[in-house]
Amino acid sequence: MRSPLHGILAEFESPSELVAAARRAKERGYRKVEAYSPFPIEELNDVLHLHHSRLPLIVLIGGILGGLSGYLLQYYIAVIDYPINIGGRPLHSWPSFIVVTFELTILFAALAAVFGMLALNGLPKPYHPVFNVPRFALASRNRFFLCVESSDPQFDRKDTAAFLESLDAKEVSEVAD
Amino acid sequence: MPEQQLLDAEKGQAPVIGPGHTFATVTDKISSVVLTQRQPLMWFATLSTAFLLTMLLLLAVTVLFAKGTGIWGINMPVAWGFAITNFVWWIGIGHAGTLISAILLLLNQPWRNSINRFAEAMTIFAVACAGLFPILHLGRPWLFYWLIPYPNTMGVQPQFRSPLVWDVFAVTTYATVSVLFWFVGLLPDLATLRDRSQTRLGQMFYGMLAMGWRGSARHWRQHEVASLLLAGLATPLVLSVHTVVSFDFTIAILPGWHSTIFPPYFVAGAIYSGFAMVLVLAIPLRAAYGLGDLITMRHLDNSAKVMLGTGLIVAYSYLMEAFMAWYSGVGVEKFLMLNRMTGPYAEQFWMLVSCNIVIIQLLWFRKVRQNTLALFGISIVVLIGMWLERYVIIVTSLHRDFLPSSWGMFHPTRWDWATYTGTIGLFLLLFFLFVRLLPMISIFEVRTLLPEARVKEETRA
Repeated sequence: MRSPLHGILAEFESPSELVAAARRAKERGYRKVEAYSPFPIEELNDVLHLHHSRLPLIVLIGGILGGLSGYLLQYYIAVIDYPINIGGRPLHSWPSFIVVTFELTILFAALAAVFGMLALNGLPKPYHPVFNVPRFALASRNRFFLCVESSDPQFDRKDTAAFLESLDAKEVSEVAD
Repeated sequence: MPEQQLLDAEKGQAPVIGPGHTFATVTDKISSVVLTQRQPLMWFATLSTAFLLTMLLLLAVTVLFAKGTGIWGINMPVAWGFAITNFVWWIGIGHAGTLISAILLLLNQPWRNSINRFAEAMTIFAVACAGLFPILHLGRPWLFYWLIPYPNTMGVQPQFRSPLVWDVFAVTTYATVSVLFWFVGLLPDLATLRDRSQTRLGQMFYGMLAMGWRGSARHWRQHEVASLLLAGLATPLVLSVHTVVSFDFTIAILPGWHSTIFPPYFVAGAIYSGFAMVLVLAIPLRAAYGLGDLITMRHLDNSAKVMLGTGLIVAYSYLMEAFMAWYSGVGVEKFLMLNRMTGPYAEQFWMLVSCNIVIIQLLWFRKVRQNTLALFGISIVVLIGMWLERYVIIVTSLHRDFLPSSWGMFHPTRWDWATYTGTIGLFLLLFFLFVRLLPMISIFEVRTLLPEARVKEETRA
């Protein structure tokens, strides 16, 4: 069962207006609020409680995995799979293994950072309802948008629209799902 | 963004961004280069020259594959010659891009925002050119994948005690991480191009690449965390790459190579030549596309200062090399230094000293740093000087080592030159295609530089 509406979208002209509007919407008790802007706005993280991110943990795990696989790969090859005696040096000559271990740590951590970021953001996502609003194309140029989504328990088609109008929004439009 | 940026004019420094810009104007200006603007004559001229040189590269590589490395001037004892010189030179040039995008991000230097995109592109294309040389130099280049450990029927594996195998891992990791970092930065701007594009093809192309980026607060939050983490990872990586490249030399016991000064000296030299390439690309670009208000004199001035700083570290390293050769009391080391300064390659040595140490001192003068033509000329000189540095390190150390009976000379052939100039063509070809197809300045990061980007808190009810 899908609601015919994704939510109601309000357009603002400056980052300050967007932050103020997001704060008012939160104060009013809306929970499914999403803000869209052409560049990152730090204050929105406070308002929308976005400080917590799981990404650092994902990157840490990626790095540890990379380091372990780098070292174990070299240990397996040099000691077990293909041992060669070079000038009587030990097969397990760990100082020589540092560079590759380090490089693979960075490589795995960086891959984890990029793919983790994409996964946490739900990308790639070819279709999203907000793109149904023609003016939303300006969200990547110079306009700021606030969307109260219909999945919010307090959402009401008329009431929410009236509330967003009261925030000095430049334009308020319904977002078809 | 810090307040001081707007006060820069009072401090006598040029601003990071020209006056009168808004979110809309910076977006339209940068995206118009890709979407609507007609390309300037410079673009066609450079692209066609670069295309011809790339064809020369294809010819040189075809002949190389058909006949083998004998077409180059290399032989025993100088087996490395141009290929490794060019490899180290190109890898070094790439380093400035990572320095600007990663290290300056961590150090909170917002002026980098308008030059990081094309500097990162420069990194990727420079690493691509660099990566060609060790493979072409292999003799049997089609077997290059033997460098990578994989289960194989031959039952052999790479030798991890060799710095040449470390290099494979360092360079491929560097290339991969550079591309990833670049793409993450591009993502929001690809969305801008998707939304601004008027043609169906453009919307499809940029839409696919943008992956459905919407610029929601959640997106930006994860994006910022990812960018900072990637910067934190790329910083030790970029320092490690040229360190590992220098290990190719220092781990050998050859006089002139076997030295602990090499890693920091190579990294400084890399950043030095990289900033020179940034200036060589930025100065014509800002003139041809009228981007003087986004890539301002402040950027050129700062880049020139970094060049001067790293140039002085390089000069110090040359002095220390000579000093240690004398102070160590080792005969072959002393001979090597003397041979470099007065031997058959003395001309190249003194040319590199004048390029890298003497001419760069002009950058102490503000007048020179404010003169784009002078800066362009000095940057070209630095690029030549840094190429000569690697040439002298490789050739003079190899051509006369411990045994006079095994001495020899290296003379480059026309195929050496064809391959080298061919990669310059390939680099420029890729770079100018990038300028045509992707935003060469990071649009969303430039938006954050604008005064209107600051949130005024007094709106709080």
